[in-house]
Amino acid sequence: MDLSYSAEYEAFRAEVKAFLAGHWPLRGDEAKLPGEKRATLLRERAIAAGFLARRIPKKYGGSEQSADVLKAQIIRDEFARARAPGEMAGIGPSMLVPTLLEKGSEWQKEKFIAPTIRGDIIWCQGYSEPGSGSDLASLKTKAQLVGDEWVINGQKIWTSGAHRADYMFCLCRTEPEAQKHGGISYLLLSMKQPGIEVRPLRQMTGAADFNEVFFTDARTPKDWIVGKRGEGWLVSRTTLKHERNMIGDAQNALATFEALVALAKRALKDGKPAIQDASIRQRLVQLEGYVRAHQYSGYRQLTKAAKAQDPGRVQLMNKLTSTNIGQEVAKLALDILGDDGLYEPGERQLGGPRDNAQWVGQFMWSLGSAVAGGTANIQRNVIGERGLGLPRDAAVQRS
Amino acid sequence: MNFDLSDEQELLQETVRQFAANECPPNRVRAIFDAEEGHDTELWKGLVELGLGAIAVPDEFGGAGQELLEQALVAEALGAAALPGPFLGHSLAGLAILWGGSDTQKKTWLPKLANGELLGTVAFAEGDERWQPNEWALEGGTTLSGVKSATPFGAHADLVVVGTAGGELAVVERGARGFAAQPLPGVDRTRRIAELRFENTPCESLQNGRGASARVRDAGLVLLAADAFGGAQRLLEMSVEYAKTRQQFGVTIGSFQGLKHQLANLAVEIEPARGLYWYAAHAFDHVREESERTAALAKAHLTHVYMQAARDSVEAHGGIGFTWECDVQIYFKRAMFDRAFLGTPATHRERAAALAGW
Repeated sequence: MDLSYSAEYEAFRAEVKAFLAGHWPLRGDEAKLPGEKRATLLRERAIAAGFLARRIPKKYGGSEQSADVLKAQIIRDEFARARAPGEMAGIGPSMLVPTLLEKGSEWQKEKFIAPTIRGDIIWCQGYSEPGSGSDLASLKTKAQLVGDEWVINGQKIWTSGAHRADYMFCLCRTEPEAQKHGGISYLLLSMKQPGIEVRPLRQMTGAADFNEVFFTDARTPKDWIVGKRGEGWLVSRTTLKHERNMIGDAQNALATFEALVALAKRALKDGKPAIQDASIRQRLVQLEGYVRAHQYSGYRQLTKAAKAQDPGRVQLMNKLTSTNIGQEVAKLALDILGDDGLYEPGERQLGGPRDNAQWVGQFMWSLGSAVAGGTANIQRNVIGERGLGLPRDAAVQRS
Repeated sequence: MNFDLSDEQELLQETVRQFAANECPPNRVRAIFDAEEGHDTELWKGLVELGLGAIAVPDEFGGAGQELLEQALVAEALGAAALPGPFLGHSLAGLAILWGGSDTQKKTWLPKLANGELLGTVAFAEGDERWQPNEWALEGGTTLSGVKSATPFGAHADLVVVGTAGGELAVVERGARGFAAQPLPGVDRTRRIAELRFENTPCESLQNGRGASARVRDAGLVLLAADAFGGAQRLLEMSVEYAKTRQQFGVTIGSFQGLKHQLANLAVEIEPARGLYWYAAHAFDHVREESERTAALAKAHLTHVYMQAARDSVEAHGGIGFTWECDVQIYFKRAMFDRAFLGTPATHRERAAALAGW
């Protein structure tokens, strides 16, 4: 057991540091560019140096490096330390690009991957529908081939960023005669067309990050399909198998926990810092137990992955663990906030400490993780069935 | 970056698992649990022959020369089997003499603890949750007069390392003048406890007891955390197995979402927490400045998780889970021991908060 890195990896870390020291922050006139421009410039240079887009072939705009989870982790650590922008975030780079790499046709890869990882085009994901949430494969949005085009009618919901997106990747029913899962295709389409209407959904936090999307004879070319007709369900299950971030969630949880400790140190309870309150201390340490467990579990998964071994069913538990920690952070923060829990989330200052209103936001956002991307109860089904080998519910229709 | 066990460490755990499966299957655990006499000397002899009597004691004193991590890995495997016996107290007595004893004291006692000639234990408890070295009030010196409570296998041990005022340590041998051990009705019959009484009892102070006692306590916290992880993991397996076998309404009960989610939650509580005791043991051996706090955190967290896992497992087993004949009750009581011994989770959470400077 050794949490340090070998000499070979420390040498690699030195390369990453040297690159960052030379390139970030930008200098001269470049330093005056807007934030997104500066990020794009750095990303281009980091790709050329082999530090970003590592699993993407050069011909599609990547740096084409061999898979190495430890190097990937070192890059994330050092970029974070230097506060430099890392891989382009968002559903396009994280979900569409790996899917295209595995299942896309040559022209699709050439056309879409490079601008997506540079951030030149923004994607949204059209999966959920009003009647199809956890039971996604029951989706009804229909795409019909008319001449050289798919004609799409129906509705998607909870579509994050649809109001900003240039394109959507979506699941549509193209084979009405086929069985549930076998009737679905994976289509790409432009969001900038008259057949699409985007209506924002206002969340309980007051902000509107996701939307309803209505399709009325929306169109997309015949060959903007990924995989074959009726294979969309399988295509949508494609996941990135290399350099998965094993400890990102745990690092976020640790950072949030540390912020919570800072809050407890400055917020007052009965005129004394809340952290001196016996019950707050108990709850903080209890929470830290979960945070540290999550962190070490991440280290172990990273080690297994680096040795090309299967970390086992504990992988299935990462999301629920993060969700549970987020909920506990939220509840404890609200108790520490006291009267400031009366006010709405946001940036507003009430004479109290500066970021209290943001903690109110976190209190609500922590529930987002419990319902988005597979609810906590669906996670429990997955852990129970795939992890523990418990039988499926006999009464549920799966097909 | 290597946060995983080595092949040798895996092998060590496998050896202990095999030993437990062959020599102490559940029916033997139950027999010892129910017996009047709570110490199975044959079973203990088998463990000592495997070299588990003094894992972290150097070769020169007859030990296996390993680190606390190896000792904790053994504790996990023993905890998973609910193996009855004096492993915990005996291990801690060896560590106390190793870290606190003079050369002569080490040479006198360690080889005999390692080869099983002597059975050792530690007497730290003074009642009212006073377990920590800075809380000990029993006066040390050349003789002892007073009481220590909840001493594991205190009625069986040949050698007792007694915690005394000022965080000092003193050794008392069985048969010493004025020394009496009274068995207590402990809830965990796999780890019998006794109250010790001393009346002008001759003792030998360890040369550096004050410097060693907190380390011995921390080692104990890590071993309890490891035992708790092993036991909790085994409870999960038992409950899952039961849910896959038991039928109601014509189907196996594990297909019902209520039970499935309860077991999934249990798995999420237990499995990611393995690294807590690994890291605490690793820190104990290699990251000294973190060792005290990580030991407290691991003990508080894992023994709390174990207790909850035991309660949930009784529920998951239904009526049978509430009976004396079901093995769940044995783990349930080991969880109660792990939770209270050396101080409750609340005690160690408060210590961890203070150690962080909060």
